[in-house]
Parts: sequence; structure tokens; C-alpha cells
Amino acid sequence: MTATTAGEAPAPTAGGHARARGRSVLDLPWVRFAVRRAGGLALALALLVTVTFLIVPLIPGDPARAIAGSTASPQAVATIRADLGLDRPLPQRFAEYVAGLARGDLGTSFRYRVPVSDVVTARLPYTVQLAVPAIALVLVLAIPLGMAVGVLTRGGRRRRLDVAFGALAGTVAAVPPYVMGTLLVVVFAIGLKLFPPGGAQTQASLVLPILALAVGPACAVARVVRAETSSVLEQEFLRTARGRRLPAGRLYLRHALPNLLTSVLTLTGLVLTSLLGGTVVIENVFSYPGLGTGIVQAIVSKDYPVIQGIILCVGTLALVVNLLVDVVLGIVDPRTLTGGHHGG
Amino acid sequence: MAVDTALLAEAALRGPSARKAWRRSPSLLAGGTVLLTLVVVGVLAPVLLSGPAGTLTGDANLRPGGAHWLGTDPFGRDALARALVATRLTLLMAAGATALSFVAGVAVGAGALLAPPRVRQVLLRVVDAAVAFPSLVLALVIAAVLGAGAGSAVVAIGLAGVPGFARLTYNLTQGVATRDFVTTAHLLGVPGPRVLARHVLPNVSGPLLVLLTSSFALSLLEISGLSFVGLGVQSPQYDWGRLLNEALPSIYTSPWLVLAPSLMLVLAGAGAMLAGDGLARLVDPRQAHGAPAGTRSTRRAAAAVTDVADGADGAGAGSDDAVLVVDGLVVEAAGRRLVDDVSFRVRPGEVVGLVGESGSGKSTIAMAVAGLLADGLVADARELRLRDMDLLGRPPARRLATEIGIVFQDPSATFNPALRLGSQLTEVLRVHLRRSRTASRDAVVAALTEIKVTEPRRRLRQHPHELSGGMLQRASIAAALSTEPALLVADEPTTALDVTVQAEVLRQLRRLQREHGTAVLFISHDIGVVGALCDTVLVLRDGRVVDRTTGAALRAGAADHPWTAALLAARPGARHEEATP
Repeated sequence: MTATTAGEAPAPTAGGHARARGRSVLDLPWVRFAVRRAGGLALALALLVTVTFLIVPLIPGDPARAIAGSTASPQAVATIRADLGLDRPLPQRFAEYVAGLARGDLGTSFRYRVPVSDVVTARLPYTVQLAVPAIALVLVLAIPLGMAVGVLTRGGRRRRLDVAFGALAGTVAAVPPYVMGTLLVVVFAIGLKLFPPGGAQTQASLVLPILALAVGPACAVARVVRAETSSVLEQEFLRTARGRRLPAGRLYLRHALPNLLTSVLTLTGLVLTSLLGGTVVIENVFSYPGLGTGIVQAIVSKDYPVIQGIILCVGTLALVVNLLVDVVLGIVDPRTLTGGHHGG
Repeated sequence: MAVDTALLAEAALRGPSARKAWRRSPSLLAGGTVLLTLVVVGVLAPVLLSGPAGTLTGDANLRPGGAHWLGTDPFGRDALARALVATRLTLLMAAGATALSFVAGVAVGAGALLAPPRVRQVLLRVVDAAVAFPSLVLALVIAAVLGAGAGSAVVAIGLAGVPGFARLTYNLTQGVATRDFVTTAHLLGVPGPRVLARHVLPNVSGPLLVLLTSSFALSLLEISGLSFVGLGVQSPQYDWGRLLNEALPSIYTSPWLVLAPSLMLVLAGAGAMLAGDGLARLVDPRQAHGAPAGTRSTRRAAAAVTDVADGADGAGAGSDDAVLVVDGLVVEAAGRRLVDDVSFRVRPGEVVGLVGESGSGKSTIAMAVAGLLADGLVADARELRLRDMDLLGRPPARRLATEIGIVFQDPSATFNPALRLGSQLTEVLRVHLRRSRTASRDAVVAALTEIKVTEPRRRLRQHPHELSGGMLQRASIAAALSTEPALLVADEPTTALDVTVQAEVLRQLRRLQREHGTAVLFISHDIGVVGALCDTVLVLRDGRVVDRTTGAALRAGAADHPWTAALLAARPGARHEEATP
């Protein structure tokens, strides 16, 4: 999101007002950031709501028949049609859907006969419990590793380390989380019996799913960090810092790291959100009671209200991750706040 | 797998890369070989191995071994044969999804370019909003609409990839569309879609090819993911994801069954990744040629050579009050001599100028004195000394930082863009002189006030991009002088500034130098500036000192040496080219 918006003009209303009134509150970078991001966020949410609404009307043929199954009685089909309001016109149903969302009403699960919001709130904490530590682990592993390799191989030093790191990290990054998860289960749960192979009863049962989620993306991000480190180390301002004869720690952490973070976060924002998609799949490896297993079961059993609820929830999580990345970017490098070019 | 569209677009617009790079890209070769092998397996395996892969036998749940390399499943079928046979369906589905993403994405992106501005804005906003979501979420929506199955998995993953291709196509074509040859085609009356097909798309094919490769890998892994959770390929058909899914229930009794499909998935993923990397390297000229190998020549050998040539008069004996002594300085890079036997002294309060064209070695001398030579450059000298400190050894960091002040050329590049000015300008005072935060801020504010930087306290809270180049360069000078250094090295301090700003910065530099009595090594390509500012002037050419003169002589227009005279004569013309050194 952040990278793709670069190069566009900032929101015209914000700029215009600010200029017309001279120094106004709209001149403050964070206010301009909020105005600019609010628009994008509203549009993304609108897209999310529209797409989830369209799931049912887009079902090929008669949705009520498809949901009820080919063996259902005409009465059962009619009940479902009435439940979903399929007999009412599309715009009216959309208005009702949006009004329901505004009240926090996501409908009722066909399968469990309970409010969808209950299903989602019961499963959400489990997914957050996986995704947040996994995102943190990706950054904690990737940034020091990538920086260390970048510093060690600067200016063409240690070619062999460079090649070995590139090949190894590239290969691991290409392993999808569900394969990583399966292999981790075989080795650490079945072979070495160090961790439970699934479930969410104990803290230990979180270790393998979090590792499975984080290892591949961490390697992908580490490669980006390594490349960005080399290019930052060649910047003139780093020569200036060297001219101040700073200790290595201060030189790399205080001078190189913030500049690295800007481009790394811009480039890896998509990796972090796709990690949420990975969570959906990985939960099925570990029969983990989160949103991922929930939506797969719901799709198999055609429980459309639950599908809609979970998609809305995961989509919103992705937007929150995006927004957090942009906020961190704004703190690290205030130039990104005003919507100018960054990372490129 | 993050393909940054903006970067790719930028890379494409930098122009076509060298064709020879094809041969020098081992990762493309390796990745291409893996993918090609998989294609061959996909074609042949279903024909040759359908027996062991499909026939039910009594050899159920055999461990990996002689007859069955990767074991057998609960129905006695060979695990490896099944994984190999599954290659065809897996590749076909991934290819189908990628083709869908590509065709629809390019159509949307190109459509946005040709559409009227209002429609374009709406389209782009929607594409941007869609890119923000993980592609798997979009895929799940489509799987929910179409139900579980191989076909719906292909459509789901294919449509999920559309926004990425759309955004890249738009970014790329928009860059090309504003270039001259496209404008010309428009003026000649060539219709829009035809311009796009004939002139624009061929010029953006490189990055699209990279995205195509990585998109193929991603589609393959994600479709397999859908099959793995049970939403893709359904029994009795099987792809790698389905095989992995079927291996899960018996993972305790026969864990080896996960091996074959895992292996194939990793192989395909890594192959496509390598191929994509190789392609990206070809497309992006920045990565095409590797970093120069820094050959570290032996210092002593270089010194032995320099002993022969020593005819310079500047390093005369006896004057031990010199702040800086440079005697027989040689700088080499990979066997090439950039600075050859340069000797001079800087006395207290003296301003010594080094002048010459770009490439004459003047900045290299300055950086050798400051100990900041780039990687791969090696300096040696008979003597390189600042007061009593041998600069050829390993002088203490604290003395170097406080006794040599440095002002670099381009103030917009020499400040760290992510840090506030205050922390950068006070850094030496805080780190090396251990002064408190407030004390060092006060000192820098005083120095900024002295060099006439307006609102100095507010400047300390600002980031570099909020100040003009002239203000930044004054701040550099103030910070460099704040430790009362023995020597100020000023490397083309005004070259990047506007002519009017230049004069003012030079005036302030000269004034402060006189007031503090600081010795200065001043580097410039502008013989006029050097003449106005310096007491002693060394004229350099091809890394050698060709003339020694004085500022006074240059101001008078007197030049004994023909090269100095030539530089002086060229001056009025050179005036116009100062922006591009």
C-alpha cells in the first residue's frame, strides 16, 4: 500500500485548504497523514464490505438452492431464501447489510445457530495470538541478520558468505508456511517430541505454528534488509558519520538502521500482511481453533454469514497492519508523512 | 516474494540492460533448469508412472527404501510416483492462474491509462485498496462463491493476483507514456490502443516478466495451499497440496508421506524464486554488475616505489610547526594510481587550496588525510601527520573526531535524512567530548548563531529536508568548527550550492577561519574560488602536483605554469558549468 501510493498527488482538499488559510492545523505532518490515510482506509473498508456482501448474490445459479444442497426440500430452500432475504431487491439487501454491520450485527450462523459476532470473537484472539508474535519474530530475526550480513559483506567483502546467505535465505523464503509447518511437526512434534503437534491448550503448542509462519517471511525480509544495508552503507551521510569516528554500534544502529527501516518497511509491508493469509492456512496444519480453520469449515459447509464475518475480520486486520507500518514509517522518517516519495 | 512495483517500474525506466548479463546470471540458469525439469516431469510422469501412482497394492505404508524411495501410502501406492504425476496438474493450475492474473491485470492497468482521468482515478484507488489485502483473503472470497474445487481454486488465485499486475502495468506504462517517442506516435495520429501495443508494452516487458515469474511461484504455492486445506483439488484428482493434505491424517504412522509433496513444493518454489531473482538482476542495471572487488595492495610495496620520485619543494625540512604534513602521498585502487607522490604542509592559520579538474585526485587527497577513503582505495606515504598524530597508524578515534573537522560537498546528501539536525550536529561533542546534551546544544547554537543561521534553536529540532542547502552547509561548517579542530578539511563545500549562496557561505567560512585561526585544507575545481580564499595553492592534474602558487598570484592573474594558466583562462566559461561538477 505504502509503496504503491508513492508518486501520486496528496489529497487535493487538504493541500488547498492549508494553503488558503496559511499556517493551519492541516500543515502539521501528522494531521496531513491522518487526512490522507483516512481516505484510503475508508475506501478499502468500503471495498471489503462490498466484496463480502457480493459473495452470496454472486453464487452461480440459485444461491438458496446451492446453500441448501440438491437434496433439500422446497420448504427448506424457501426458508433459507427468506433468511438471507434473497426475495428482496439487491440494493435494499445491501442497505440492510451495511446497517447491520454498523450495529455490529454480522448475522446468524447457519451451522451453529449463534450470532456470527460470537463465532468471530471466540476465534479472533487465537489468530491474533499467532499473527502478532509471528510478525514480531519476522522483524526481530530479519533485521539483525540482514544487517549483520550486509555489514560483513560491505564493499564486496566476504563474497562467499554473501552467496551462501543469498542461496540459503532464498530457498527457505520459498518454503510456504504450510510445508514448513508440516515438516516442523514431523521433526519436532513426532520425531523429537519437543512440542505438541497441534491444538492451543498450552503456550508450548504456539511455538511450532509461530515458527512455521515466521521463518520463511523472516528469510525473505532478511534478504531485503541485506540489500538495503549495502546501499545505505554507500550513502554519503554514512561517510559523514564515519567522519565523526563513531563506535561501530552507534554508526550502524543510530545512523544506518533508521534509514534501512524506511525502505525495508515499505518493501515488506506486503510480506507482513500476506503473513495473515499464511495464518489462515497454517491453522489447518495444527488444528488450531482460530479464524483460519473457522473459515475453511464455513466454506465447506456453506455457512455464508460466518464466511462474511471472518473475511471482514481478517481484512480489517490486514488494514490495521498496513496502517501500523505507515505509522512506524512516519515515526522513523517524517518525510513519509506528507505522502512524498519514499523507499524508491 | 514481495515484488515492489514502484521499484520495478523505476528499474525498467532506467533503460535496457546488457545482453551479456544473460550468461553471467547463474541464478537464472539454475532456476530455469529446475523449472524446465519440472515441466518435463509434468509431461512424462503421468504417461510413465500412472501404474505405481494409481494401482492399489498390498504394500501399504512401507517405509522409504529400495523399491519405494519415498515409501508408500495406506493404499500401497508409491509416494514419489504420485508426487511426480501430480506435477502436471499442479503446473497447469499455476499456469492457468498466472495467465488469468496477467491478462486481466495488464488489461486493467492499460485500461486505466487509456481511460478518462476521472475513471482512471477511481480505478487506481480501487486497485490500491485491493493490493492492501493479502491475496489469500481475496482467494477465499472467490472460493466461497464458487465452492471448493480445482477450477474455482485457479480462478480464485488468478483473480487475487490481478491488482498486483494492474498496478505494475499502470506504473510502468505511465512512465513510458510520457516519453518522447510515445508523444510523437500520438502526434502522428496513431490510435491509443495501437500506441500501447506497439510502443509502450514492449518497453515494459522486463519487469512484467519478473512479476510473471514470481507470480507463477506464488500461484503454485497458494493453489497448493487451497488444496492443502481442502478447498482446491478434490479426490480422486490430486496435486501436491492434496497429497500433503492426505498425508496429514497418517502423519504419526507414516510421516514419510509428507516428504515427496513437500520436496516438490520447495523445489518448485525455490526454482521460480531463483529464476525471478536472475531476471530481476537482468532488468535492474544497478544489480547487473557486481561490486568492485577491493584488492588490498601491500602498502609497503607502494611506499618503496614512491621513494624514487621526490622533487617537490613544499615539504621542506625544519618547519616543524606545521599542523598537517603530507609527504609522498600515494593512493591506489586495484593497481591504478589515483594520487601520485603528493607532498605539502599546512601551517597554523593557513588556508591551503587543492585545485584541479574532476578526476585530478584532489578529493581523494582530502579523504586520505581525513582517513575516509572509499572501500578498495589504499593510501600510503612517507609521512602523513596531523600535529603529533601519525595518520598512517591507527590514531585514537577521539582525537581524529575532534582535531579534524570535515565539510563535505553536497549538504543534501551528507546529512542523515532520518535524524534531527540537533542530534547530528552535537554528536561529536556528546560522544567524544562527553559533554551533556544541553551543554553541546548550547555550544552548537552558539556556533550556528556565529555563522548567521537563523532561528538556531528551532533548526536543531528540524530534519535536514526542512532546510535549504545554504543553511545546511553553514550548519556543517559550524558543527565542524565546534570542537575547535586543528584542521578543517573542506571538500568542494560550495559546489552544490547556488552561485549567490556560494559567495555568502565562502565569506562566512573565511571570516570564521580568521577569527578561530583554524588551518584549512580547501578543495575546489574552481580556481577563482581557490584564489580568493587560499594562501597557498596546489594545482593538480592526473593525481600529481603540477604547480605550486599563491592565492595572491592567482588573484592577480599571474600563472607561471601553462596548466595553471589554462585553468585561469578557462574560468569565465567554466562559470556556467558549476552546477554540474
